[in-house]
Amino acid sequence: MMKRFLKDKRFIISAGTLLILCIAAVFASFIAPYAYDAVSVGPNLSPPIKGFWMGTDVLGRDLFSRILFGARLSLAVGFCTAIFALVLGTITGAVAGYFGGKWDRVLMGIVDVFFIFPMLLLAILLTLLLGRGFFGIFLAIGMTTWVTQARLVRALVLQARELPYVEAGRAIGLTHFEVIFKHIVPNLLGPMIVSLTFQIPNNILTESFLSFVGLGLQPPYSSWGTLANEGFRGIQSYPHLMIFPGLALFITMIAFHFLGDSLRDILDPKSSIGSHTGQ
Amino acid sequence: MLPYLFKRMIQTLVTLSFLVVATFFLLRLAPGGPFDGEKVWPAEIQANIEAKYGLNKPLYQQFFGWSRDLLHGDLRESFHYIGTPVTEIIHDAIPASFQLGGWALLISLIFGLLLGILSAWKRGSLLDFSSMFIAVSGITLPTYLIATLLVLLFSNYLGWLPPALWEDKKSMILPIVTLCLRPLAIIARMTRTTLLEVLHADYIRTAYSKGLKDSTVLFKHALRNALIPVVTLLGPITASLITGSYVVETIFQIPGLGQYFVTSVIDRDYPLVMGMTLTYGLILILCNLFVDLTYGLIDPRVRLENTR
Repeated sequence: MMKRFLKDKRFIISAGTLLILCIAAVFASFIAPYAYDAVSVGPNLSPPIKGFWMGTDVLGRDLFSRILFGARLSLAVGFCTAIFALVLGTITGAVAGYFGGKWDRVLMGIVDVFFIFPMLLLAILLTLLLGRGFFGIFLAIGMTTWVTQARLVRALVLQARELPYVEAGRAIGLTHFEVIFKHIVPNLLGPMIVSLTFQIPNNILTESFLSFVGLGLQPPYSSWGTLANEGFRGIQSYPHLMIFPGLALFITMIAFHFLGDSLRDILDPKSSIGSHTGQ
Repeated sequence: MLPYLFKRMIQTLVTLSFLVVATFFLLRLAPGGPFDGEKVWPAEIQANIEAKYGLNKPLYQQFFGWSRDLLHGDLRESFHYIGTPVTEIIHDAIPASFQLGGWALLISLIFGLLLGILSAWKRGSLLDFSSMFIAVSGITLPTYLIATLLVLLFSNYLGWLPPALWEDKKSMILPIVTLCLRPLAIIARMTRTTLLEVLHADYIRTAYSKGLKDSTVLFKHALRNALIPVVTLLGPITASLITGSYVVETIFQIPGLGQYFVTSVIDRDYPLVMGMTLTYGLILILCNLFVDLTYGLIDPRVRLENTR
């Protein structure tokens, strides 16, 4: 198994890139030359120069430092929401798929409602209710993405429950709960991890979109979307303010994308379907 | 077919009413009201305004009042655009949004399928790599970034196309291209993956060994099976077109539905928000229904009665 991971060049490059990004995000306060909210550390609105190799923004803040700290928020939102969606979606999908009948109809009915709920509207409503902090954004994205996961897991469990090992598990006296979460779900980890690697970048993109629209995290906290939004206002004269955050986002997205692709080939050679929703 | 449609209609109504109820009450739970401005009104005037719009009644009465009007085809007047019925606002905004979304969907379907088929057919060629590069960037680049880059390139530096508005054909090119890039990329990738899988199947080898032409095998045998997963994508794609259209309409200043979406909630323009929710909900549901119906047409194994 390990060999298959190490043989895949896409996996090594993309996982390496993401590892570096995560380390940079976690240790941002040690790596960044300036604090994210330190104003007037350099000239205002300077294009990339020596010492400020990504330039500075309108308040003279170092863009490189802000992007490093932004990585923290963007990645944290992406990971947390994806894991939330994974847990909620797995429980719902597994129960619906395993028991079928009434359970299936009720749970999937709920999923259907969330599925047609316009993501943007739910996000706006939730951020209004919970404030524009981390929690509001987290819930807004999590609540709109778990349905994809629920549908995926339900479809997988529907197939799995007909397999002999499920029947065998029941026959030796395991409870339904044990069969679902100790035997079926662990067997589905491959496709679930693959869909997670598609879900995380989608959620990062959604967060950046919400921030870009102005519904994201409040300053002085700035995710890549907030930075891009700030840069967008002066795009003609100071393109670097939008291009660098956009580039950071792009690199992360590409890395996740190839990570997902390679993981799919390694872990789940049969399936070809990742997650295709998101804005 | 007919009983199935009937069942789906009832399902649709149930889902839609959940959506409406949830939106209505969530919106009211949110702090702030439609007439809280910078200026503080005297209490009597505030009370008068609230009485005029029926905001002083208990919440459930407001909801039933609104539902009764809805059944009469009346979405009430907007709070923000005073005196304008919500139906009129939506009616005026729909053409631009539908043109934008429709063209984007059409173009992404045509070119997405084309790119996907070509790159699966010529797997490993330069064409394959370049179209998959386009596809990956289409999926990974945020819409607002694509829009900005396109405007910078084609309007600012080259001066070929207008940077905004929705007037003549020339001004429609950039918004449509921006909007269609992501669905195009998704379709192209999906088509390529499924087609590659299908091309390995036994019945394709049989078709070749019968001496059929390459194009016959591709279009008559392989494509039909490869298209099934692509069709299921149309639902999510419509959803992504809708959110995407909000960004595109904002950046390009297009007078469509998208512009009202965020502002109406922020203004607490309750009737307009409800109108928008209904419109979007209906569009999404109809698209999903359409997808399920086509699914049965393409794949005869799928019996509509069994699908959910």
